[in-house]
Amino acid sequence: MKVTTDKINSNLIKEVEEVSGQKVSACFQCAKCTGGCPVVWAMDVYPHQILRYAQLGLADELLNSKTLWICASCQTCDSRCPREVDIPKVIEALRLVLLRARGGNYLHPNNLPARVLENAPQQGLVSAFRKYAR
Amino acid sequence: MRYSYYPGCTLKTKAKVFEDTTLQTARALGLEFAEVEEWQCCGALYPLNTEEVFPLLSPVRSLAQARAAGCTKLVTLCAGCYNVFRRTNRTMRSDAEVRGKINGYLEEDYRGQVDVVHYLEILKNDVGFAELAEKVSRRLEGRKIAPYYGCLLLKPRNEMDFDDVENPTIFEDFLRALGANVVEYPYRTECCGSYLSMANEEVAATAVGRILTSAFKNGAEALVVACPLCKYNLEEYQKGFREAAGSPAAGIPVLYFTELLAEALDVREQDGQ
Repeated sequence: MKVTTDKINSNLIKEVEEVSGQKVSACFQCAKCTGGCPVVWAMDVYPHQILRYAQLGLADELLNSKTLWICASCQTCDSRCPREVDIPKVIEALRLVLLRARGGNYLHPNNLPARVLENAPQQGLVSAFRKYAR
Repeated sequence: MRYSYYPGCTLKTKAKVFEDTTLQTARALGLEFAEVEEWQCCGALYPLNTEEVFPLLSPVRSLAQARAAGCTKLVTLCAGCYNVFRRTNRTMRSDAEVRGKINGYLEEDYRGQVDVVHYLEILKNDVGFAELAEKVSRRLEGRKIAPYYGCLLLKPRNEMDFDDVENPTIFEDFLRALGANVVEYPYRTECCGSYLSMANEEVAATAVGRILTSAFKNGAEALVVACPLCKYNLEEYQKGFREAAGSPAAGIPVLYFTELLAEALDVREQDGQ
């Protein structure tokens, strides 16, 4: 990957900071977030890397990352962050940018297995569609 | 004492036993839970961005109704509702811009006057665990119960202020008051995968497997929760996990804390009456 001043000053990062209310430059890469993340094994870009990529303006790497759909917003990371960066908010902002710009939804009711539709609590269904659809 | 009671969608449907045992036990303890008259879904998640203000309308509407009904506390049971209400209330107290938008739309003047509490907090602070222990008529002697906190009761740390995020004790203290043997295990606050069970099942199943392995290894015979989604995940992925881990075939029951409370207070027989 190539880092340039154009990328660092990209609109994406401005938008992410605005939507999330977080300053990505506050992160000093201690990786405590990644160390405690319960679903990190399923991620392609680790939580501390999300912030590093955002600092460097690597838009494509961020928007194509599986991590955006794996984070469960459990908020273990931000409760431990020494710089008080709310990482789930940064990830949510990236997800929103994607859902709004590219259209379409990550999850559609028709794709849910009958077993899930029948047994899942309302709380779970509402949560999932709030996260995965516009 | 009279509390405004917000049940939420799941307690009226999939988690009916959660509501039934809550109301039975509250009655037995002399607590009056008056259901908010015109409540709506809380939205299940607190918005994690600066742009979505309108999802807060529904919880604020219920909070304003609780205030109009003369209640100083609104009680919730589902950990999702609790998380949304607690954070919404905090925002209404501290963020003048959001408060102005919400109140303008609802034609209210709500500024966070009502306290949002969880039933466990009422048991701890208003009833008292020592007093609760005295009211227990069927102690859960010898029952090895593992408390599972999940995330929504505790986090984010500086917004929920429910218990110590890394080392909470309220569930353990509650179980001891009922006479149960508390199972200590390291995964009691680790995320169960939450809504990933709707879209990324293998991730949720792995998270659940780790929690259950940890509880099994430490001798748990049952898990106790306060969240319908945690309960669903912990039950839904048990079967596959057990087969893979060669663990006890009978499985491990996942109970709402109010089910154990109803049993200990001996009010459970009233189910369905």
